[in-house]
Amino acid sequence: MNTLHQFLFGVYPYIALSIFLLGSLVRFDREQYSWKSESSQLLHRGSLRLGNILFHIGIIGLFFGHMVGLLTPVAVWDALGVAHSFKQVFAMTAGGIMGTLCLIGVLILLQRRFGNDRLAVNSTWRDKLVMVWILLTLLLGLSTIFVSAGHLDGHEMVLLMTWAQHIITLRGDAASYIAGASIVFKMHLFMGMSLFLIFPFTRLVHVWSGFAAVGYLGRAWQLVRPRA
Amino acid sequence: MKIRAQIGMVLNLDKCIGCHTCSVTCKNVWTSRDGVEYAWFNNVETKPGVGYPKEWENQDKWKGGWVRRSDGKLEPRQGSRLKILSNIFANPNLPSIDEYYEPFTYDYEHLQNAPEMITPPTARPVSVVTGKKMDKIEWGPNWEDDLGGEFSKRSKDALFEGIQKEMYSAFENTFMMYLPRLCEHCLNPACVASCPSGSIYKREDDGIVLIDQDKCRGWRMCVSGCPYKKIYYNWTTGKAEKCIFCYPRIEAGQPTVCSETCVGRIRYLGVLLYDADKIEAAASVEDPKSLYEAQLGVFLDPNAPEIIAEAKKQGIPDAWLTAAQKSPVYKMAMEWKVAFPLHPEYRTLPMVWYIPPLSPIQSALENGLIGENGIIPDVKDLRIPIRYLANLLTAGKEEPVVKALETMVAMRRYMRKKSVEKVSDAATLKGTHLKPLQVEEMYRVMAIANYEDRFVIPTTHKEMVENTFDDKASCGFSFGNGCSSGATDHSLFGKKKATPIVFHDLRRDRKANAGQ
Repeated sequence: MNTLHQFLFGVYPYIALSIFLLGSLVRFDREQYSWKSESSQLLHRGSLRLGNILFHIGIIGLFFGHMVGLLTPVAVWDALGVAHSFKQVFAMTAGGIMGTLCLIGVLILLQRRFGNDRLAVNSTWRDKLVMVWILLTLLLGLSTIFVSAGHLDGHEMVLLMTWAQHIITLRGDAASYIAGASIVFKMHLFMGMSLFLIFPFTRLVHVWSGFAAVGYLGRAWQLVRPRA
Repeated sequence: MKIRAQIGMVLNLDKCIGCHTCSVTCKNVWTSRDGVEYAWFNNVETKPGVGYPKEWENQDKWKGGWVRRSDGKLEPRQGSRLKILSNIFANPNLPSIDEYYEPFTYDYEHLQNAPEMITPPTARPVSVVTGKKMDKIEWGPNWEDDLGGEFSKRSKDALFEGIQKEMYSAFENTFMMYLPRLCEHCLNPACVASCPSGSIYKREDDGIVLIDQDKCRGWRMCVSGCPYKKIYYNWTTGKAEKCIFCYPRIEAGQPTVCSETCVGRIRYLGVLLYDADKIEAAASVEDPKSLYEAQLGVFLDPNAPEIIAEAKKQGIPDAWLTAAQKSPVYKMAMEWKVAFPLHPEYRTLPMVWYIPPLSPIQSALENGLIGENGIIPDVKDLRIPIRYLANLLTAGKEEPVVKALETMVAMRRYMRKKSVEKVSDAATLKGTHLKPLQVEEMYRVMAIANYEDRFVIPTTHKEMVENTFDDKASCGFSFGNGCSSGATDHSLFGKKKATPIVFHDLRRDRKANAGQ
């Protein structure tokens, strides 16, 4: 428990979250034209369908898994009668499955992006950074499964949940809960938080629009606008 | 009744000479930019042929347009909203750029910079997508021009449906026609319906279908949704682009660039009034062969007093009503019934209409193959099979096309007699629904085709939607972000993406261009 730890897990989360939210807002407000999914399907299809669907199912599963798993208060799980050890094993299994789907997907996408002339030439460093960053975060995340397997009592998991919940509820002592966590967890946390940090500056902003696109399900087929 | 107005277009294929002036002027104005080199908002195809992109008319393959479900409701052929949304990660129906063609330029510099060689230097083709030399150009924007290529390839043309096409492979029986194509600015656009982010919309005032470049997220469902394949994905900006019907010109009362520059004077622009409440029912008619008539039923008579009164009540400007009364498009589609929608069976209710080509019949007339009585007694005598035209314009229903061709032949016969023998002989119009005065107007609009008869475009009443005083000193046409180009050279959110090499004869490096 030193200054660096306090900074990385007590202060950095707020920096990352602020840049994530404010950066997204500024880009949405000022640079809408740059806000897009940046699809490369037109230039080369290749194994996009397999890779991209696996990747997205995996990463959306991981996102909601982390949200529910980390942010649901421990008291709720206790009230539901879910044992900590059971929750940990469930999280390891579900995370392992989703993580594997995502990993297969991202590897296929990386192979497609770097293995095809058209895509390799037309990919920006930001595109490449995002993919490599996700790959590293994912590999670290998958590695935590092996660390977790060493202690199945759910104790460390509860500490991680407490950390996340204390961060969200603005309590200053969050970092202290994970001072003793494995370095693998810490690295995964850092990479994960940094993903939010780079989010507004990359194509990742399309995630917001992806969720917004659900509104399409209830929309009328035709849109008519008066000239304005 | 919800009255709306639209600027529609008619193309008289009878006069199209396939010169591509429309395509080239359009390209120079709108798509001479990075990422849309391969895109032609307007292109001219030689028919029969598979077209651009390849086999765009084959909806079993590309899943464009609408289908009528068993419950009588329409949904895009590519699927329900849920299915469209679930295909967002990888659109199974998206044509790859090779279906259009890989954009290329030539290594012109080599002609100037080559060292002394035994053989003369050549300008090899260079792919704009990779920036690398190409061994061979496999396909281009107009690869099948004037029936280029083997019959076996162009016979994949979907318009041969219901025709024994083998006989047209023989040189003596071959036929061809030109088909200039642009966005149809449909009344029931499938692209609008397919867009998950709601960025595509139809303008209430003039019916022009536009993509809001700021709201487009590049989900590319519109590209596959459009059965005419007239939406293009800009691979450098990641946004979809399409023909904008030259709206800045239309608003000012000027014709579109393609129409203005057409040397054959084949294009017409005019106002059509329609009842927006009837669109859904007209597009959902069960029998595809009834769709043409159903669409005619959506249009309103601009000369009927009750329509005029109602239109005024709903806020249609007087100038637009006057223009609708003089509209060449209304006359050709509704009064003379010589113009038809392109592929009504896609159920999009397109608003760019076509007059079928007559020229090949003329030779049959001169050779005495076609008699005086029925005017066109036997469709077998026509060079272009009627069924082929009907597959293009009326979902395979031949009668309306035959009637239109008869009308056009009658006009020629009447006017020939009038100008050669100086006799106005109403008997020459037997078998048609035309009266002499009508025929003379038809002749003036279709044959003489003066500028003011071709283009009857009311200016937009900008003052009704905005305070134009605020527009003073503002920037003109731009892509997003007001006066900025969308992304500045250096921005926190990335710089403007460019193609590996420049499409035109400039090098990417500005210093190199300046000769430094």
